[in-house]
Amino acid sequence: MRTSFVFSEVITGLRRNVTMTIAMILTTAISLGLLGGGLLVVRMVDKMQANYAGKLEVSVLLTNDVSANDKDCTQQPCAGLRSQLEQTSGVETVVFQNRDEGFERFKRIFEAQPELLKLARPEAIPATFRVKLEDPERTDVIKTAFEGKPGVKGVDDQGKFLERFFEGLNGMRDVALILALIQAFAALLLISNTIQVSAFTRRVEVGIMRLVGATRWYTQLPFLIEAVVAGIIGSVTAVGGLVLFKAFFLDRITRNLTESGIIPPIGYLDILIVSPWLFLVAIVISATTGYVTLRLYVRL
Amino acid sequence: MIRLEHVSKVYKTSTRPALDDVSVEMEKGEFVFLIGPSGSGKSTFLRLLLREEVPTRGRVYVSNFDVAKMSRRRVPRLRQSIGCVFQDFRLLPTKTVAENVAFALEVIGKPRNTIVKVVPEVLQLVGLDGKEDRFPTELSGGEQQRVAIARAFVNRPLVLIADEPTGNLDPDTSQDIMLLLERINRTGTTVIMATHDHGIVDSMRRRVVELSYGKVVRDDARGVYGVGR
Repeated sequence: MRTSFVFSEVITGLRRNVTMTIAMILTTAISLGLLGGGLLVVRMVDKMQANYAGKLEVSVLLTNDVSANDKDCTQQPCAGLRSQLEQTSGVETVVFQNRDEGFERFKRIFEAQPELLKLARPEAIPATFRVKLEDPERTDVIKTAFEGKPGVKGVDDQGKFLERFFEGLNGMRDVALILALIQAFAALLLISNTIQVSAFTRRVEVGIMRLVGATRWYTQLPFLIEAVVAGIIGSVTAVGGLVLFKAFFLDRITRNLTESGIIPPIGYLDILIVSPWLFLVAIVISATTGYVTLRLYVRL
Repeated sequence: MIRLEHVSKVYKTSTRPALDDVSVEMEKGEFVFLIGPSGSGKSTFLRLLLREEVPTRGRVYVSNFDVAKMSRRRVPRLRQSIGCVFQDFRLLPTKTVAENVAFALEVIGKPRNTIVKVVPEVLQLVGLDGKEDRFPTELSGGEQQRVAIARAFVNRPLVLIADEPTGNLDPDTSQDIMLLLERINRTGTTVIMATHDHGIVDSMRRRVVELSYGKVVRDDARGVYGVGR
């Protein structure tokens, strides 16, 4: 196999069809970019789940009356609630946090948003039992047992909130993946079409090749490699797009959330980890499409 | 060398067979004219030898290839032992004379040093030395056909198939091309030439196989184009 010959054919082919080649590369790039975005969301959700898994708590919020008058949880109903919580099976630890401590904690969490702090007053923060469970999934036990008891304002399940947040992220991921799929379909058709056009413009060459006894590999390989090269350029473009998207857009809009530790930041390392998958998908899809097209539509 | 046994070919789109029970044999080193009006089956005959088509019935042998029965994978081997020349030359306009000839070797994976050696040799044989770097559009019709012959012959095929190679050329140039084909024939290559050119067939006095409506109606060892035509 004369590789120099095959590659010169590939370059000629790509140049001759330059508009189609560009369309093919861009479509592939957008498709892969969306796929990459989807994969990054998946990584982010995984990271968040790992981050929060050990820390999830159920908060039993106490009424205003208790919050104001019982700073050390020595009176009823606070002391009673505490011992009941401690005796509930599956509860690991119970920590009482009075109004002032709660306000301090609030200030710490939202120190990046001074506007919010200016508006907040300690009276808005209830005293709270922060309950850690052995199995973070079994929050319903606390909810059913303590909701509505005297002195209890409500039971706040962080897990439920996080679940909704994850649902939102997963929705984003699904939309990205569906768009990626649609774009991938368009890319597929474009690859197939480009190969057919390419084969048509080179029908004289291919005719001669067949006639002088070139093997199937020799006649078809340039077309296949053409598709794969375009796919690879597409995936490089997609990775570049993701890097630019992170640097100029994502970092800016998520700065507050990542700095306060609510969501983990997406780093260049994440993009680096995702990109081999994009290359792989690009190569597999373009090669398969190329091969099938040559088999079905192009008589070589 | 070449043998057809009771070969028939019926195309799906036609009710009349393109070839109808044709049996013919050609020896190594023979020069054979294949004549007959348009639609008589000459092209089908040649396409069967190249395995561009498969016969509906009968057997086709070229050298030691059982052409009708061979697997697709072996077809390139068959074609490497057959050279082809056409009326319309079929040169690549973006490649020079030397590149056009080299192309035939490159695509079958011949090493570069072989190509560098044999291409000038064959260009000298067809009388195109000194024109290696010209493009086909810069050449006369006769010269273009010489390039095509060089390309067909550069891999030293056992058989050279020429489908009306003089169809686009004036009589003098045609004579030159025929001399060239004769020279190639003298190297031991079997030459099969389909033609409508009376003058050439009559002057060469070689074997003539005439087809009509897909049947062999004449096979003369030293024939002319047609009696009384």
